[in-house]
Amino acid sequence: MSTIEIRKLTKRFGDFVAVRDADLSVAAGEVVCLLGPSGCGKTTTLRMIAGLERATAGDVVIAGRRMNELSPEKRDVAMVFQFYALYPALTVGQNIAMPLHYEGIGSADVAARVNKVADILHLRDVLDRLPGQVSEGEKQRVAVARAIIRDPNCFLFDEPLSRLDVELRHSMRGQIKAVLSNLSKATVIVTHDQLEALTMADRIAIMRDGLIEQVGSPHDVFAKPANVFVASFIGTPQMNLIQAQFKGYGNGKAKVAFDEQDVDLSVNPAVANLKPGRLTVGIRPRAFTVVSEDTLDTIDAVAELIEPMGAETLIHARTKTGSDIRVVVPRDKRVKTGEALHLVPDPAQTHVFGEDGKAVRA
Amino acid sequence: MTDGISFWERMGFRRVGGVADAGWGRTFVVAAVSLIYFLPVLFIIFTAIKPQALALSVPPTLSPTSLFGLIPDQFVFTPTLENFGSVFSRIMTVGGQPESTGFDRFFFNSVVIASVSVLLALIIGTLAAYGFSRYPLKGNDTYLFIILTTRMLPAIVVVIPVILMFRAVGLSGSYLGIIMLYTAFNLAFTIWMMKSFFDELATDVEDAARIDGSSEIKVFFKICLPQVIAGLAATFVFGLILTWNEFLFALLLTGPDTRTVPVAMNQAVSSGGRGTDWTLLAAIETLFLIPVFLVTFFLQEHLLRGVTFGTVRK
Repeated sequence: MSTIEIRKLTKRFGDFVAVRDADLSVAAGEVVCLLGPSGCGKTTTLRMIAGLERATAGDVVIAGRRMNELSPEKRDVAMVFQFYALYPALTVGQNIAMPLHYEGIGSADVAARVNKVADILHLRDVLDRLPGQVSEGEKQRVAVARAIIRDPNCFLFDEPLSRLDVELRHSMRGQIKAVLSNLSKATVIVTHDQLEALTMADRIAIMRDGLIEQVGSPHDVFAKPANVFVASFIGTPQMNLIQAQFKGYGNGKAKVAFDEQDVDLSVNPAVANLKPGRLTVGIRPRAFTVVSEDTLDTIDAVAELIEPMGAETLIHARTKTGSDIRVVVPRDKRVKTGEALHLVPDPAQTHVFGEDGKAVRA
Repeated sequence: MTDGISFWERMGFRRVGGVADAGWGRTFVVAAVSLIYFLPVLFIIFTAIKPQALALSVPPTLSPTSLFGLIPDQFVFTPTLENFGSVFSRIMTVGGQPESTGFDRFFFNSVVIASVSVLLALIIGTLAAYGFSRYPLKGNDTYLFIILTTRMLPAIVVVIPVILMFRAVGLSGSYLGIIMLYTAFNLAFTIWMMKSFFDELATDVEDAARIDGSSEIKVFFKICLPQVIAGLAATFVFGLILTWNEFLFALLLTGPDTRTVPVAMNQAVSSGGRGTDWTLLAAIETLFLIPVFLVTFFLQEHLLRGVTFGTVRK
């Protein structure tokens, strides 16, 4: 079975801990994205799975076999590198065929398989060119072709689309997803682009400072962020994270105070168990409804900057004491700079994070 | 793919007779500067084919041809190949018969000693450089610095202990001794040069090869080496030129059988107190230039890439 499992995987470079106790399992046919900001340890994790880095502690189990001590060539994994890492002196065709040469396959068979892969990835016309003579998008497809020509235990992608322009990225995202869905292998994709992760992954593992913060389906990490970091990292525009004082709970509403406003917010009932103190309220910009002045329990702010985004309009508003609030309203809702806004958040999309940053949820 | 490429282009001449993008003005300036640099060499070659009597004539004879009457007759000499003959065999004593000068042997020595030692240094040095680049030790830079110190002292400082050591172990005057010495001297340069070439390579490509199933040996031979061919060529040529021209160690550490051309040249023109035989010297020098010229010429494509390596980012 093509599966990947990492257990308590840790990597130290001197005093610096790049990856700390990472646990993750990827089932056959599943695509997991490691998502996180630069330097969070996601590439290091991937390289440990590939065998290009030795783990300081913990286990890498591929296809049911512990592979910690095995060198990359013995792990039978395929990897696509961020900068493609094509062999500069070999033609596109030879590049794609390279992994087969180590398996001792007859040349007729090699040619047939190269052609088959080249057809899937539309590389038939450039097989005789050198990597330096093909476009960026073609290089990327060559790198993918080289990975899928074999029948490896699993696939690893390191920022596969980061070097492509927006349009190519869109089409390649679809192509890679289509190719992967036909192969039913465990796949790990490293990316810092949340859109890439949300669209390509079956599950997303969000990393920060060497720790895996949350693993979940694209829907879950967006709708039920486990902590403040995940909440702020996933979703554009970023979720509003409002520091507030928790005063008590009653009738399914939490009484919170921020910016000299006392507001009763409908929140998750688990908040009832919290002691009064500081907490963070997370509300997505799209979860606000702009209401009239006489509505109770609104968050009040003044529109400062209006950014039309096409179908919607992003409003940067400021509360009395200077906190920023991002609000997204439909295009037909006209708001002028300086206008006072009265906002009511959607209870289903209002998240409460305790003092430790973790989500309070039943 | 040879279609569309002429013999001369394959030999390294691009667009023979054209000025390409540079334009005539710049091409002319480059040609003029090149000519100035080339003049001493041209003068040596012309002296080598002059009759001995005209070597120091006043006014000097400048050209073997009148260039269709362009150059006045008193500056023109009749070319002769006599001097090249006397490099290898000439009358050494008054009234005697022509005898062999041994220069065929000396040229052979120079070729063998220079090429073997430079190749040895290239093989050992490239392996060492790959090690320094890919598997750094604790204190890697210190080791590299120590290696470089072998080239910091002027040769004349090192020569006395080297002579004493060579005498003690009986390496003086042998091929093995001088080849080992030159190899050691070229090593420092080779390691530093090749390390910088290996450092410039994208390690991703090597990682990709590992994942595709290459062993470490294959990564080195199949992936890394082909990418540093330019560096190998450049290092080889620079090392060859240094070794080919080396005089001091050759003078003190080679015997009559293992003498190299620079030493023999010195002895040939200054022996017997008859003053310097300029045409003979020029003839030896001309022959001496040919091997290095040929090597440089055939490696020029790589050499150019080697010299400009690292100046252009991928």
